Amino acid sequence: MNINNSGLEVEIGKIKLKNPVLTASGTFGYGEEFEDFFPVENLGGIVVKATTKEKREGNPYPRMAETPSGMLNAVGLQNKGVDFFCKSIYKRIKDIKTNLIVNVSGSTIEEYVEVSQRINELENIVGIELNISCPNVKQGGMVFGTDPKMAKEVVKKVREVYKKTLIVKLSPNVTSIVEIAKSVEDSGADALSMINTLLGMAVDANRKKALLSTITGGLSGPAIKPVALRCLWQTYKQVSIPIIGMGGIISAQDAIEFILVGASAIEIGTANFINPMVSLEVVEGIKEYMDKNNIKNLSEIRGII
Amino acid sequence: MKYCKDFIVVGKEMIRSDLFILKLQYQEEVLPEIKPGQFVEILIKDKKDVLLRRPISIHDVSKENNQISLVIQIVGKGTEELSKIEMGNSLNLIFPLGNGFSLIGNKVLLIGGGVGAAPLLYLARCLKEKGTAFNTLIGSRDTIQLFNKDKFSDLGPLHIATENGSCGFKGLVTEHPIMEEDFDAVYCCGPTIMMQKVASIMEKRNIPCFVSLEHKMACGFGVCLCCVVDTDTGNKRTCINGPVFLSSELKNF
Repeated sequence: MNINNSGLEVEIGKIKLKNPVLTASGTFGYGEEFEDFFPVENLGGIVVKATTKEKREGNPYPRMAETPSGMLNAVGLQNKGVDFFCKSIYKRIKDIKTNLIVNVSGSTIEEYVEVSQRINELENIVGIELNISCPNVKQGGMVFGTDPKMAKEVVKKVREVYKKTLIVKLSPNVTSIVEIAKSVEDSGADALSMINTLLGMAVDANRKKALLSTITGGLSGPAIKPVALRCLWQTYKQVSIPIIGMGGIISAQDAIEFILVGASAIEIGTANFINPMVSLEVVEGIKEYMDKNNIKNLSEIRGII
Repeated sequence: MKYCKDFIVVGKEMIRSDLFILKLQYQEEVLPEIKPGQFVEILIKDKKDVLLRRPISIHDVSKENNQISLVIQIVGKGTEELSKIEMGNSLNLIFPLGNGFSLIGNKVLLIGGGVGAAPLLYLARCLKEKGTAFNTLIGSRDTIQLFNKDKFSDLGPLHIATENGSCGFKGLVTEHPIMEEDFDAVYCCGPTIMMQKVASIMEKRNIPCFVSLEHKMACGFGVCLCCVVDTDTGNKRTCINGPVFLSSELKNF
């Protein structure tokens, strides 16, 4: 498969992406799960599943509820821990020929720092996405992403030990995402990614019960796209580091909308569950859009709204 | 290997108002190898309040005709939408998914409850091909619940238990005399409570009991981590570690 990536190249920190399409953490496994569907090296990058210091079992079942144009999840950062990642998963995936980024999560600043340090040693991992915005764990996660002081603190500490590209994933569950974004930028982040899921809940009226074991969970899918676009548009005007946009992207048209409000690159999440080839189709669709609109380079339309 | 491909609806049979069977014609040359107990994820097109695919177990496979069939019960918006599909329409499927039943032993028992009997037809077909002796026991509330009875009995001995006694033995599958016989393995699919009862009986007799679980899932191929089940070795994914599990490894069995 040959994709013409001319005009699609973009840089996020020190990472050079052949095209601006990445897959979002927790929706693309470790990339391997999609190899039956298409050659994943055609993507700009893959953000692999959240990794914490210790193994986490995650939340009890049920962890998912479908809602109009969206879904709620309450997975709760289930993963096998950074040690297992470094010793086993990394060996399996390190030769995938695209940018591999690890989503780093934790409950304490020390945990974020330690995991980032371990990932820093992995040659073929070009960056981390610091997840300070997971709504599904009791401690940590979103706590760091909803308080500018905490956000500053954790990013600063991780910056001290993490030498490659540091992307910080922001939560929309705040009064001012711009304020958080600025403090993250001031603390030395190379880029931002936004948005993580919106805190929500779903109720079964007949059974008179919440649909998730944790009652609340993170809303994703097309339903959140307007919120994501708004967050990005507001933030783009106020920071100078690149932003990776995400939130409900299911088509190239959606991806273009994010670029128009300032995204340097985009991540595809929930849509991977529905159409496993979607990320590749978005790359091709962006190219078609450019040809049709006589755009030579995506920078011509980035942030023009 | 899993695929994401279109099928054409070449058969649609309403069994009752909320249950129907679809026969789907594969559009590519040859169907890939499908194991009994595996499932498909069906795309529901252009329906804003149905975002995710729907996981449906594979009822039967016809290698000669390049077809698969699915038994679908209308339980919500997604399956309701699927029930409106017409002959000649196409359906996009991700398949085959899941581990499927592992075929062990020389004499086995298949136990299905209600619509849960669906994947047992193809299992029976595969067991027959392999030369394994098997009995099939299907339980349902009443006669109306039963489907493809003749197809099951064409493949091997079929026993029926209905709660109201309108067909076969009157009572629950767990009370049926065939349960007393000795088997090398039991394969079970149906309501959780039924599978739990069957599993506890078989575990006491040291007969391996394989159960096929139905859990809500977003993707069906191992990445969303929504369909987990609690096992002796921690959370496992129903979609790729299952849907078939040995009952003894499940925490609530």
